[in-house]
Amino acid sequence: MAGAEQHSSMQASGDKSWHGIVLQTLKRNEISLIPYVPDRVLTPLIKNLHADPFFTTFATAREEEAVGIVSGAWMGGRRGAVLMQTSGFATLANTLASLAVPYQIPLIMFVSERGTLGEFNYGQSLVCRTMRPVLDSLALEHHTITRLDELEFIADRSIKQAVTTQAPVALILNPLLTGGKVFDK
Amino acid sequence: MDTRNTKVMNRFDITSRLIAKLKHEEAVIGGIGNTNFDLWAAGHRPQNFYMLGSMGLAFPIALGVALAQPDRRVFALEGDGSLLMQLGTLSTIAALKPKNLIMIVMDNGIYQITGAQPTPAAGVADLVAIALGSGLTNSAWAADEEDFERLVDQAMSVDAPSLIALRIDDKPGVGTTRRDPVQIRERFMHGLGVREPL
Repeated sequence: MAGAEQHSSMQASGDKSWHGIVLQTLKRNEISLIPYVPDRVLTPLIKNLHADPFFTTFATAREEEAVGIVSGAWMGGRRGAVLMQTSGFATLANTLASLAVPYQIPLIMFVSERGTLGEFNYGQSLVCRTMRPVLDSLALEHHTITRLDELEFIADRSIKQAVTTQAPVALILNPLLTGGKVFDK
Repeated sequence: MDTRNTKVMNRFDITSRLIAKLKHEEAVIGGIGNTNFDLWAAGHRPQNFYMLGSMGLAFPIALGVALAQPDRRVFALEGDGSLLMQLGTLSTIAALKPKNLIMIVMDNGIYQITGAQPTPAAGVADLVAIALGSGLTNSAWAADEEDFERLVDQAMSVDAPSLIALRIDDKPGVGTTRRDPVQIRERFMHGLGVREPL
């Protein structure tokens, strides 16, 4: 598949890969606390975040927990971002509506998008359909990133907007950007 | 320790005893419901944060504050029902080992605020055993009020996360937090020295 080949060559080119750009954008915006619930597509980003001592990167048991952690850190003066998968976002409606939004916390979320463009798990495709309606129902800023050449602009500007307007943002990493996860076994 | 030998204490009394011990602008995160109502009633401090939702996140929020400000002691007050919603966070905290985080669990075995229904753990599970099993080795039941104060002193002198659990009665909170989330968050940030007021 052309998409998958393009994905591999981007990974090979280091900092110009999608995950290299995300890492550098986080660093440039002084976002150093990265709790996550893992996802196959996010693996190279998570691996490189762990390898970079600028970041405190660790797994949490649930996405809600990660949101609580970065919310506390923000109030204590340290910036964080949460990494998760589509199905993890689906567990967050209560936390968004009762913590991040009413307390005006610039919660920065990176969501690896499962459930579209070649999904093989029916449940993933269904839960994906709940994500944007939840974001829209709370009027949360969100962007679906499909192109490598737009990634840095969207991520950098969105992080700065979240911080200055004290509002959450979800950056959805589409399979067109990351290659996604395809059925292989 | 087995909970059966511990005294049944009162949340407001215990919270007041804790607040009286804080001399270094320690942060305190009050969990949803009665837990933060009694924190409010014990006397507002700029370093108090009151949760108005997101049940179960007192420990994660406190962990975030502790990671952001490693030189400040951070307390989290949580109910047993709330803790049951987020038991995984005990392992997260055990793995990260924040030196400045002290967790306090008020265990009455009921969801007092919703009508005193028993929790699924009531009479079955031991929350300190769960914490120990999650890797939080510095976890204990407080036998009575004096023991609670001793455990707090001990927790404030060690370089490891601590968890103190207490059995409490079924009384509701004695105050009601002013439900103004933006002001709560902003004043907390002032209290932590992150921002100056306008």
